Amino acid sequence: MLRSVLSNDFPRSRVLTALLVVIVLGLAFAPFLFPGAKSLSVAAKILVFIVLVASYDLLLGYTGIVSFAHTMFFGIGAYGIAIALARLGPTWGAVAVGVVTGLAVSLVLSFVIGLFSLRVKAIFYAMITLAVAAAFQTLASQLSDFTGGEDGLTFKVPEMLSPGFSLAEEPFLGASLDGKLISYYLLFFVAVALFLVMLRIVNSPFGRVLQAIRENDFRAEALGYRTVIYRTLSNVLGAGFATLAGAMLALWLRYNGPDTSLSFEIMLDILLMVVIGGMGTMYGAIVGSTVFILTQSYLQDLMKLASGGVAHLPAVGGFLSALLSPDRWLLWLGVLFVLSVYYFPTGIVGKLRTRALGGTRRA
Amino acid sequence: MTPSLETRNLTIRFGGHVAVDSVSCAFVPGTLTAIVGPNGAGKTTYFNLISGQLKASAGEVFLHGEDLSSLPAPLRTRRGLGRAFQLTNLFPNLTVMENVRLAVQSRARLGLNLWSIWSNHRELLGKAEEVLEMVALADKRDVAASALPHGDQRKLEVAILIALEPEVFMFDEPTAGMSVDEVPVILDLIRKLKAERDKTILLVEHKMDVVRELADRIIVLHNGALVADGEPEAVIASPVVQEAYLGVEVKA
Repeated sequence: MLRSVLSNDFPRSRVLTALLVVIVLGLAFAPFLFPGAKSLSVAAKILVFIVLVASYDLLLGYTGIVSFAHTMFFGIGAYGIAIALARLGPTWGAVAVGVVTGLAVSLVLSFVIGLFSLRVKAIFYAMITLAVAAAFQTLASQLSDFTGGEDGLTFKVPEMLSPGFSLAEEPFLGASLDGKLISYYLLFFVAVALFLVMLRIVNSPFGRVLQAIRENDFRAEALGYRTVIYRTLSNVLGAGFATLAGAMLALWLRYNGPDTSLSFEIMLDILLMVVIGGMGTMYGAIVGSTVFILTQSYLQDLMKLASGGVAHLPAVGGFLSALLSPDRWLLWLGVLFVLSVYYFPTGIVGKLRTRALGGTRRA
Repeated sequence: MTPSLETRNLTIRFGGHVAVDSVSCAFVPGTLTAIVGPNGAGKTTYFNLISGQLKASAGEVFLHGEDLSSLPAPLRTRRGLGRAFQLTNLFPNLTVMENVRLAVQSRARLGLNLWSIWSNHRELLGKAEEVLEMVALADKRDVAASALPHGDQRKLEVAILIALEPEVFMFDEPTAGMSVDEVPVILDLIRKLKAERDKTILLVEHKMDVVRELADRIIVLHNGALVADGEPEAVIASPVVQEAYLGVEVKA
């Protein structure tokens, strides 16, 4: 049963298994364990990014395709929901229209980009995707009648998901049973399902060919695998899952704009999360997203504490306090990530798996 | 017997240089044809043109009468042209087992199966295991290909070709760089394939003793052109071979 659900791809490290169990349980019970609007938003963001990062891992980690257009597909999913709900009103039908339209646009676009440009060398492909993504971002902020331009779109979601909706008067275990909670669990179950589907894809015969192409595409061709088809399919699948992640984000935020789903900063975040978690491992998406988003969200608070704590120290107190000031949080985030990439080039998952093997063999 | 593989006026030019010059040759099932010639004669390039790694400037490749000239390499492989490479060409970070299993999977046409779990396809694993035993690599099945010593990598290269179960086997110096005690494993495999009598085997080989023992026929390439073709003794004795090839290479 578990073997089939996880596609016979187990964490293969006790520490990693424990870490994953903690993260998944933490996310499953987040509304009860960590009450408060901010912590729930952070948990929801982690769910969205697990799907998004896993879809990018399918592309980068498994197939070896470097694409910078991944946020474009993320954005298409978010805009699909935003535009559909803003125009058609807050109904489930509109949600379906938004998801299906977003998916259709992404699939066609990724198919065309893949088919026309995956024949070229990796670096040129990266450049092409960069150009397409930049063009798309400009387009999204220029077509303001349609997309709300730079301001984005604020919209209502189906009643059941809106914060005003209430399942019960009394709070349950300290969490109020409102639309936010229902939204959160919708996100949670969708994220779990999508992750497991992706885990199955990378562990299918198809997924094994993707890894072969990553290793040596020339040889994969000589074995009889038409790499263009596999690469294009991988591109289309990655884009499809990113689109669904975008739809999840928009439903949660009840807003979408260029900065929330299309910005190049998000692209860099995804890259970092894949690398920190461990490329080509799928589980890396869970670990990477969680670590990254927790750090991003709480480093400032942590530094505020530290900064206050060292302020009274004699002589160096002022300097240390300034260095640890919450305003410098990006500096420390950067340092943390440089160090983690330097010391764990195979990511957290890669490192833990190597350790579990006794450090003698590659995982 | 009707030929399986045939090339007609197969030619490739790189700028002004003609690397393979209008080679017409037919290969019959059940025979092993050795392709000899000095370095740079165009032997590997000829293979590349047949298996589709390079596109011919002119001429055609036929397999059982079907013109494969416009097909890309993967489709030629699926038609039954199998190729082992001279420079070892593996999936370096995948295990020995996975290198072979991928070939078996390609043969089974399962590559586009997105929903089953790869390790549930026991028949593919069993088949790969069998091939690994044939080349005496079964005990190294879980080692990454890049971690193998050179001789074992050569064996793996041959194992991948065998796992593809092609009709036409193209070996490009399969024993190059192997230690003396490893060579017999590969030669035995080639002998076994020969004994099956329905396979077409092409072998590029520099070691004349190997050629003498295994070949039913020798063709000689020189500066890209086919200069001799026939029974091993006759070809080896011919002046063109003595001069163009053996005179230089036989002592090496």
